[in-house]
Amino acid sequence: MSTLEIKDLQVSVETEDGPKEILKGVTLTINSGETHAIMGPNGSGKSTLAYSIAGHPKYTITGGTVTLDGENVLEMSVDERAKAGLFLAMQYPVEVPGVSVANFLRTAKTALDGEAPKLRTWVKDVNGAMNKMHLDPSFSQRSVNEGFSGGEKKRHEIAQLDILDPAFALLDEIDSGLDIDALKVVSEGINDFRAREAKSVLLITHYTRILRYVKPDQVHVFVAGRIAESGGPELAEELEANGYEKYVTAGV
Amino acid sequence: MTAAVQEALELDKVESHLHPEGSFDVEAHEVPKGREEIWRFTPLKRLKGIHDSAPFADGATKVEVEAAAGVTVETVAADDAVRGSSGLVPTDRVSARAWAASTGATVVRIPTDTVIEGATVIRHHGTGSETAGAGHAVIVAEKFAKATVVLVFEGSAVVADNIEIVVEDGADLTVVSVQDWADDAVHLSTQHAKVGRDANLKHVSVSFGGDVVRHDFSAEYAGPGGSVESLGLYFADEGQHIEHRLFVDHTAPKTKSHVVYKGALQGEKAHAVWIGNVLIRKEAEGIETYEENRNLILTDGAWADSVPNLEIETGEIEGAGHASAIGRFDDEQLFYLQSRGISETEAKRLVVHGFFNDLIRQIGVPELEEKLTGTVEAELAKNINTLITKDNA
Repeated sequence: MSTLEIKDLQVSVETEDGPKEILKGVTLTINSGETHAIMGPNGSGKSTLAYSIAGHPKYTITGGTVTLDGENVLEMSVDERAKAGLFLAMQYPVEVPGVSVANFLRTAKTALDGEAPKLRTWVKDVNGAMNKMHLDPSFSQRSVNEGFSGGEKKRHEIAQLDILDPAFALLDEIDSGLDIDALKVVSEGINDFRAREAKSVLLITHYTRILRYVKPDQVHVFVAGRIAESGGPELAEELEANGYEKYVTAGV
Repeated sequence: MTAAVQEALELDKVESHLHPEGSFDVEAHEVPKGREEIWRFTPLKRLKGIHDSAPFADGATKVEVEAAAGVTVETVAADDAVRGSSGLVPTDRVSARAWAASTGATVVRIPTDTVIEGATVIRHHGTGSETAGAGHAVIVAEKFAKATVVLVFEGSAVVADNIEIVVEDGADLTVVSVQDWADDAVHLSTQHAKVGRDANLKHVSVSFGGDVVRHDFSAEYAGPGGSVESLGLYFADEGQHIEHRLFVDHTAPKTKSHVVYKGALQGEKAHAVWIGNVLIRKEAEGIETYEENRNLILTDGAWADSVPNLEIETGEIEGAGHASAIGRFDDEQLFYLQSRGISETEAKRLVVHGFFNDLIRQIGVPELEEKLTGTVEAELAKNINTLITKDNA
């Protein structure tokens, strides 16, 4: 089970001119096994939603609740949220110099499972996940995200999704900066994950392109810190044809 | 010698604060008061008087030598001509006093054309900090020789020493100096290298223990094509003063220098100082130099000073650059690791390991790598309570 319930979530960040409200009451329920897409123009706050759920210290929750299968997510530390089943694939994955991908993955898997992975199957699992993402096995020896191309970083995020196997994936602009081949590889990885039992996905994107490969159950249009409209996959098609203009104008 | 020949041999005098006039005469060096440029960071009160007139005695350290096959290690008298063969001339009072007080010198010699397997280790074990000792060592890699020499300093002691390194033409030498002293040790070391034509020197300084550890490493070139890689790793704990002063004097064309020092600091009044001086002389055309110092401050109350200096007297160079940074943990790195389920404490350990791992790999002495990784782990363990407290705060 992995039902994420967001109720009237309000979030602000500190700026030079004092706190600035970014999320102005977001309500959204993603049931176990569902994939939701959040689409919106730049600066609409859609990434803030993902980072707030994951617990980035930059964001202050000023109101509302987030629960995962009834557990209060907002009271958890960042690593506790991951242990509860949340995974955030970042738009700009962070470099960690001197820490090998292999060491990073093993440390993360050990932390999540409470015990070290079985050596025999582990190497095979990691190589398999790398292989699926078209990443050379030698990738494991490189420092985390250091010197990776934009596409490699994104494929590395999805390889982690495969290996760490969370219940709920928040994918923040996983498609940005990818060429069409890489987009297909990444989409396949997401679809493989969705094919597992009771996995939920919140897919945040600026473009409709990825939705040709990853079919969402619901689409939400995100404008000025709130959901402006929700609908089925057909909403994405309408956005593709007409853009965000109508919502942006209405929001002002 | 005619004046013309004399002129051709002598390098031009350089008006540079990076290049003080040295002297073997102790009294030519005034007792430092603490305001002098070269002493302004060093806590003189904690030097047990070796910067002034405290007497030196024999037996401050017990020396054990594990020489690799093919390497000779012997003790010579203080008046042996090998002393000074690196071009070392003391530029401060402590170095001059150690020079004058040394009753002999340890000479490590790697014969011409010999490639040595495994490291030669010279272990200095301090026997107590009541009396101060003066030391002198000369490491000579003869033409086209290749070897690794590791100096280890441990135990309690007050030591001032001069270490000379001579890398003859075409030789390839790695010298690692590991300061793993007990908490009360005071060590002021002057290490000077002369690097021959097309020769390579890798000099590594690793400082973990000791109350005050100050290392001055300088290098000059005896011919074109020489290369110096200078690496440093340090971990300053509560109350510790660890200082590294580097000076690469590009005295010949087409020479290279690459300096990377990385340190972590933790605890009240942990203090690290790094001074990186590079002088590119007029005749040093086509050289390449880069120096870098990075400090990771793990807790409140620790501080680092980092000062890179570059003086360039010719525009005809391949490249010259430097970088210096003093920072705390990067929130984004910690968030990324934690978002994968890794606890804050574990994430910090990973980041510190990563910070040093790059450098430890570059040292390229396999028998040392594991020990250094282990020592980093032990240093972090000292502080793990603080990190955990911060987790729960």
